[in-house]
Amino acid sequence: MDEKILHILETVKDPEIPVLSLVDLGVITNVMVEGTNVVVTMTPTFVGCPAMNYMKSEVETALLQHGFEPRVEITFEKPWSSDLISEKGKAALKKYGLAPPPSNKIFTDLEILETAICPRCDGSNTEMKSPFGPTLCRALYYCHDCKEAFEQFKPL
Amino acid sequence: MSEIALKELLYKMADDQLILGHRNSEWTGMGPLLEEDIAFSSMAQDKVGQSLALYTLLNQLGESDPDTIAFTRNANQFHNCVLVELPNQEYDFSLIRHFLFDTAEALRFEMLTHSSYAPLAQLATKIRGELRYHTLHANTWIKQLGSATPESIGRLQKSLDYAMPYALGIFEVSPYEDDLIKSGIFEGEEKLKAQWVTKVEAIIAQTSLHLPDWKLVQPLSGGRQGNHSEHLQPLLDEMSEVFKIDPTAEW
Repeated sequence: MDEKILHILETVKDPEIPVLSLVDLGVITNVMVEGTNVVVTMTPTFVGCPAMNYMKSEVETALLQHGFEPRVEITFEKPWSSDLISEKGKAALKKYGLAPPPSNKIFTDLEILETAICPRCDGSNTEMKSPFGPTLCRALYYCHDCKEAFEQFKPL
Repeated sequence: MSEIALKELLYKMADDQLILGHRNSEWTGMGPLLEEDIAFSSMAQDKVGQSLALYTLLNQLGESDPDTIAFTRNANQFHNCVLVELPNQEYDFSLIRHFLFDTAEALRFEMLTHSSYAPLAQLATKIRGELRYHTLHANTWIKQLGSATPESIGRLQKSLDYAMPYALGIFEVSPYEDDLIKSGIFEGEEKLKAQWVTKVEAIIAQTSLHLPDWKLVQPLSGGRQGNHSEHLQPLLDEMSEVFKIDPTAEW
């Protein structure tokens, strides 16, 4: 994908997790550039993600500001998975206080959700309180080591 | 490919997601505990979002735009099964419905990942992953409350017995069933039902609950043909209230 465009898209953040760029989140699945025309293909994290239209317009605004004529397409052709979050993105999540998702590849059944590493104390004596949290992409956990509640970005 | 058969399939699936999504949203602020309030609200958001994606596929096939489809039809134009439109009642009924419906829903989308209609197969691949969290939630609570106290077991059993004829209505066959199977769009309700029975039996076997004799349960069907209970129209009236006052309203 075009480096210059990706650099611009790096400045567009997930509105619910402002430390994570859309590029690091993995929702930008393709970029095509022809002169000043840019076609960006995006895919939602969750089908019902209410931030999708907002993210789409943020991408358009960022590209317009740099003199491009953007068109954003949303498709499920290459579906999003939490494995598409970059290493940089995972580190940013942890720093923000959200446990990064374990690899989707070991997510063959849901028992894996029972364990998560606490983003604050790195403790593994944790317990899932609910597979649903404040946004569709987060689950609720409790850490018995540091006795704090935390959230995990769900593997999908 | 038979377009009319495909549209009928998409309509019934989208309507199931929209109506149950709406019912789930009625638990927002009312859940028996905070985590459950959040769970049903999140599942509502997922299901309504999934209905939008399915209505969008219909729109691409020449049907009206999603808001028009969702908010301007009357009850007899909806193709959801009757199970999803029943009022929430007590939490035990909501939980049993969630378990019975979401088990079928997860298996249906799993099947559709192999659909010959590529846009549906792509969407199903996406939705399948999301639904794992719904079935995890349902199975956890059914196993826990289905083996807890005489009261929890008794309540779930009563709701299970009441819901079962409606649950079998999920699998009401389409008039285009043969077309769908032959063209590889969908493997059919009979096959889905057989997988569902196996799955439901496997979970219930881990509890103190018991299933009725399948041969003796008379399915309550009709929803797929637009024959609904008296509960659907009031739900639609409430859901479309803002749209009907101002179709251009944004929020």
